[in-house]
Amino acid sequence: MQFLSDVFGSHWQDVQLVAWTLIKIIAIVLPLMISVAYLTYAERKVIGYMQVRIGPNRVGPFGLLQPLADGLKLLFKEIILPTASNKALFFIGPVLAIAPAFAAWAVVPFDADMVLADIDAGLLYILAMTSVAVYGVIIAGWASNSKYAFLGALRSAAQIVSYEIAMGFTLVGVLMCANSLNLGKIVLGQEGGFWHWYFIPLFPLFIVYFISAVAETNRAPFDVAEGESEIVAGFHVEYSGMAFAVFFLAEYANMMLVSMLAALMFLGGWLSPVPFLPDSFLWLLAKVGFLLFLFLWFRATFPRYRYDQIMRLGWKVFIPITLVWIIVVGGMMQTQWAYLFH
Amino acid sequence: MLFTDVVFYVLAAILLFSGIRVITTRNPVHAALFLVLAFFTAAGIWLLLQAEFLAIVLILVYVGAVMVLFLFVVMMLDINLDKLREGFWEYLPMAGFIGILMAAEMALVLANKNLQPLDVSKDAQQFSNTAELGRVLYTDYLLPFELASVVLLVAMIAAIVLTLRDRIDNKSMNPADQVKVKRNDRLRIVSMKAEVEPLESPEGERK
Repeated sequence: MQFLSDVFGSHWQDVQLVAWTLIKIIAIVLPLMISVAYLTYAERKVIGYMQVRIGPNRVGPFGLLQPLADGLKLLFKEIILPTASNKALFFIGPVLAIAPAFAAWAVVPFDADMVLADIDAGLLYILAMTSVAVYGVIIAGWASNSKYAFLGALRSAAQIVSYEIAMGFTLVGVLMCANSLNLGKIVLGQEGGFWHWYFIPLFPLFIVYFISAVAETNRAPFDVAEGESEIVAGFHVEYSGMAFAVFFLAEYANMMLVSMLAALMFLGGWLSPVPFLPDSFLWLLAKVGFLLFLFLWFRATFPRYRYDQIMRLGWKVFIPITLVWIIVVGGMMQTQWAYLFH
Repeated sequence: MLFTDVVFYVLAAILLFSGIRVITTRNPVHAALFLVLAFFTAAGIWLLLQAEFLAIVLILVYVGAVMVLFLFVVMMLDINLDKLREGFWEYLPMAGFIGILMAAEMALVLANKNLQPLDVSKDAQQFSNTAELGRVLYTDYLLPFELASVVLLVAMIAAIVLTLRDRIDNKSMNPADQVKVKRNDRLRIVSMKAEVEPLESPEGERK
């Protein structure tokens, strides 16, 4: 240590800061990757049981090593480059899909003081990062130079852009209640038991947010972007091996991100539902786990939406609902019932 | 040299490079993507100025929405590059004139003593950039702000009206009607006997 501090001289403080930040990033990304892998396992098991099957059960006890086996298989497969593709963009596509999915986690608080970057504009930052994620899809679809991939990319991009608006408006409701864009402060604004959580005064916004989140991550029943019966696998149809796996990782990381945000903004984050139990990171895990289970449940339950009805739902139903509820919240805050919205 | 200076020069170099590539690259999709890169690095430079709200909104609005629609259009058009290059020399004087005019305007603004940027870096720690911007917009500049939003609304409605044409052979469906459909509109349940008496067949045939 002494030697190192001599080498770097006056910069030693900065070097320490950078190293410490890097360690924190690894401490977030590594568990995230592992949970993504096991979310795929959970999905197959849960849907399996819902359809009265067993699901993966060959690799390891209860099939627990299945995600590792899948990862290993994808890692060793050849990445096929279509002859007519745009080579540089073909490889940038998956990178642009996964980078924002992980970058957004920088401002997510896991506990009262467990956050990588405690910035004031946290919510805006997350919105910006999730809006950038659409580039991975568009670029992948265009660079593949294939009809199915391009159709899938256009569908998916239009869907993401549309539902982002409804999602953004629900966040406006949350920030009106919390009076802050800082995710940590939003959670702390919901202190004092589950009847203080924002999902009660903002119930319509909570529902709109969660359904938009399902659409935004291109999950069933809004998965027309990869509607197997129409366009094979959508924007990533030309991708194989690890490049395909990266898209897969990005999709599941996004699912976890939107569930995490829903838990933080509407379900009180790490706060315990009743005052006599201590607040803990475990509550957050439980809430996120429940929301992720809903994702899997939806997939096993609902048939796929038709494309024009997805657009109708987003533009003509959700956006008006959010606008009306924002006005209701703003109006109520001027009355004697303002305490309900804080 | 401070660390922030290094960051600034790196970002500025990327910004200039991508800005030049926007107008020199042959492929329109690449040009649009370089413009995205330019927006992104510009947001980085604004972050250095501690204008985090503007920086994030630049990414949110321009990168996340405007450029996506740009890419949509550019990807779907069948652009003939040779045709685009036609008349390049013809338009050059006009374009050059506009370019010089813009440069002169920028120089005027930058040379004006009243418009020098304030040293914001030390104040920015104290208050939230976003809240402060919102306060100013909705108190001191309420009227111009609302006026600008009305102008934008007019432009938006005008754009919609311009593309709104009724075609006679329009086969689009109305999802609202489809959602409203009840069972009785499509299905009629008729009660009838479970068995039908067989027809009397003439004797001797088909035996």
